[in-house]
Amino acid sequence: MAGNEPNARPRAPHLQVYKWGPAMAVSILHRASGDGLAIVGAGLFLWWLGAIAAGPEAYASFVACIWHDPNPEISLFHQITNILGKVVLIGLTWAFFQHLFSGLRHLVLDTGAGYELKTNKLWSIVVIAAGVFATAATWLYIMAGAL
Amino acid sequence: MGDGSHLGKVRGLGSSGHGSHHWLQQRLTALGNILLVGFLFVSLIRLPLGDHGAVLRWAANPMVALALILMVVSVFWHLRLGLTVLLEDYVHGPMRLLALVLLNFYAIGGAAYGIFTIARIALAPVVAGPGGM
Repeated sequence: MAGNEPNARPRAPHLQVYKWGPAMAVSILHRASGDGLAIVGAGLFLWWLGAIAAGPEAYASFVACIWHDPNPEISLFHQITNILGKVVLIGLTWAFFQHLFSGLRHLVLDTGAGYELKTNKLWSIVVIAAGVFATAATWLYIMAGAL
Repeated sequence: MGDGSHLGKVRGLGSSGHGSHHWLQQRLTALGNILLVGFLFVSLIRLPLGDHGAVLRWAANPMVALALILMVVSVFWHLRLGLTVLLEDYVHGPMRLLALVLLNFYAIGGAAYGIFTIARIALAPVVAGPGGM
């Protein structure tokens, strides 16, 4: 027992003893989506910018890597990265909306509003649902345009 | 510095009066991000992204280039604040200092690369094309 150790300081209950709720989920999703945007999103954005600046050939090879390689004898590497690129882009779209909506939630919470248990739970659920919905709507729009 | 008394040991090490600085900067860059990343998102949806010429003309537009530079500043500032808190929460011991140094290299280096690249695109002479400005 922690309490029996000499000089043991009081310890907070560990994370596992709490029952998961929407507010906890939206909190950790805010961090996870932010980290994804900060590392993968910002990195991909800089790669894209560099490809634009480097010229048409560099840009074409960027598109061939992450989106679609028009070469009929497409390499196995590009077959994989074409799929991976779409997964990452859909993931970043979700991370963008999730972080945007839960960020807006934080700005509201900063004013001192929305801490009542039912209100807090409701808006946590709304944020998670809106993130998924906006991601689905965006990609349906993109796919409808591509067809 | 102090005579070993409790007060002497902590004098000068306490609150610097800047506790709200990080918090406020995170909120202000968040507001910047809503506007500027929102602009990028709408642009990405509307642009023919497979067409290098069209994307280049868009990015070379002075107003777009300015918005992109402001976005890079706001985003990299914001992500540095956010990832700092992440590292402070999860990385302990001497690795923390190394991780924070690497984060600063990434944030400052990434922002510098982004701004420089946008400037290259916006100021490249070929962008104006025949009969351009």
